[in-house]
Amino acid sequence: MFEPADSQEALDFTRLAFEVSEQFDAPIMVRSTTRISHSKSIVELGEPLMELPETGLVRDPSKFVMLPGNARIRHPLVEKRLEDMSEWACTQGFNRIEAGDGKLGIITSGVAYQYAREVFPDADILKLGLVYPLPKQMIRDFAARFDTLYVIEELDPFIEEQVKAMGINVIGKEKVPICGELSPGRLRQAFDLNPPNLPPIKEDLPPRPPNMCPGCPHRGVFHALNRLKAYVTGDIGCYTLGFMPPLSAMDTCICMGASIGNATGLSKVLNEEDRKKVVAVIGDSTFLHTGLNGLMDMVYNKSTATVLILDNSTTGMTGRQDNPSTGFTLDGQLADQVDLEALCRALGVKHVETVDPAQMDTTRKVIKEAMERPEVSVVITRRPCVLIKHENVVEDLPPLYVKSDKCVACKACLTIGCPAIEWETGKDGSKGNCKVDRLLCNGCQVCMQLCKFDAFGVCDD
Amino acid sequence: MTDNNVTNILMAGVGGQGTLLASEILSEVLMQAGYDVKKAEVHGMAQRGGSVVSHVRFGKKVYSSIIPEGEVDVLFGFELLETYRYLPLVKESGAVVVNNLKIAPPSVALGKRDYPTDVAAKLKELVANVHVVDGLQLAEQAGNSRTVNTVLLGALSNTLEPTHEQWIAAIKSLVPERFLDVNLKAFELGRQIC
Repeated sequence: MFEPADSQEALDFTRLAFEVSEQFDAPIMVRSTTRISHSKSIVELGEPLMELPETGLVRDPSKFVMLPGNARIRHPLVEKRLEDMSEWACTQGFNRIEAGDGKLGIITSGVAYQYAREVFPDADILKLGLVYPLPKQMIRDFAARFDTLYVIEELDPFIEEQVKAMGINVIGKEKVPICGELSPGRLRQAFDLNPPNLPPIKEDLPPRPPNMCPGCPHRGVFHALNRLKAYVTGDIGCYTLGFMPPLSAMDTCICMGASIGNATGLSKVLNEEDRKKVVAVIGDSTFLHTGLNGLMDMVYNKSTATVLILDNSTTGMTGRQDNPSTGFTLDGQLADQVDLEALCRALGVKHVETVDPAQMDTTRKVIKEAMERPEVSVVITRRPCVLIKHENVVEDLPPLYVKSDKCVACKACLTIGCPAIEWETGKDGSKGNCKVDRLLCNGCQVCMQLCKFDAFGVCDD
Repeated sequence: MTDNNVTNILMAGVGGQGTLLASEILSEVLMQAGYDVKKAEVHGMAQRGGSVVSHVRFGKKVYSSIIPEGEVDVLFGFELLETYRYLPLVKESGAVVVNNLKIAPPSVALGKRDYPTDVAAKLKELVANVHVVDGLQLAEQAGNSRTVNTVLLGALSNTLEPTHEQWIAAIKSLVPERFLDVNLKAFELGRQIC
């Protein structure tokens, strides 16, 4: 496993990974952590490879068919391969020693290297590019030169434990925090080095968490789930934000596909009344990724929960990628489109209904009926993400405004947590009212449907 | 301990304000001017509304892409509360360029919390060198209220080494064609401020 420490290494190690994979006939991973993925640094491009290797079918069942008889023969080869790589890695440029003043030795890799370099400019650093298998002899030789040796790595003591298992005394997680992202500041703090003198802010500032966008098709769905007091087993996507107030309508979120599995399990153990409250929510992309097996199991094992597929026609959270239900490939070519309704029926679901989540009353009514039903029900809420890339998919609607004479300050429209609606406290004892930021408003009219006093109007300019 | 040759610019704003594009343009221009540049983004999972921070560091050689606490030379804020939030990271001799704009976070929009009062005055109390810029007014003057980010870049550009031509080239390389003219105008208006 290679671990790059900046963008240049991310490029170099990826190319290297292919070469090493061929050389050792081994699978190679390139590990990118949060800060490597969310940082940019200057990259010099190499010569592009224009030719693809020649392909062809290779028959080698003793290697590719891992029945016990073959696996027993294969295992010693894999162990030997690791030993060979470890020895080879001692002489390769991606594992390097940066000489310092000889007083302090540090073993590090990835983004932690940058922080170590910044905080300990005079240290001798063994910078590992290949973190598995470790270059054992190189580490022994380096360690022998220092009385004090630190291992600086983010989160788990992966390198530290292996080095300690080699019988080498190092200081690692006694000092470096095991939780949370590292930074030069946290490292300085960990080693009691000149902590910065920061100007104090005395007041407690209101936080600014992420929120669903104005016009997000998920907003109305979670408002309905909140009102229906559903016990919502959630999944991974923008809609996980449905757990936040004021929508506050998500009770579990574990991993991709877990919404349906959780709902199946809960429905199995709960009494008849509580069972009705269990609703799984999963996006179209996540459903196609890991929801299908769960839904098949829910039907087969006679669970009774409700499953909502929030179909916004894209993969929103990760940057609006296409998926098998959108009709386009990742690089934008036309593709066959999965029919979600037919797919659910094919898995054995008898009750499949589709609603437009911008129609608040219908959405709530259909979800309520599904929850009451003592059988598996799927409700597909279908409306495209407002940020979708394809043209002519999202309607361009005029923004709304609040008629201040009609607003009675009931705050019903605030229960959807739309960033375009703001409460304005009244001056000199007056009632106050809600106002719409017309730059943010997307014109979805979900707020309008919640207002019993006809206080929302549509801008006509 | 500190590498004094590295300059640290922290950009703070609200998702959707163009904070990341501004930091992208800044990094590009610094790279073209011959510096080593690193940039790190810290942002929430949704496209709009969350707190967004971008770290830009440049010099002869930059290691960490994250700016160490207390070493920010210029805090460049697109919104008052977000600027105030990250003020503790600024060094004593640092500068703050802040857009005079309030965007209510969810708890304030819901009427549950109050937006902090007199933020600009509080910033000036804690750091000597504070410039308050009316970015929205200039952006509207340029012809699009969404060009506040480019107005502010214009304001910042005078304090940095890259030439006017290098800035224009960087903007041209990163701003989509249909928004280019209005952004170039916004940049020039910002450049006249400080």
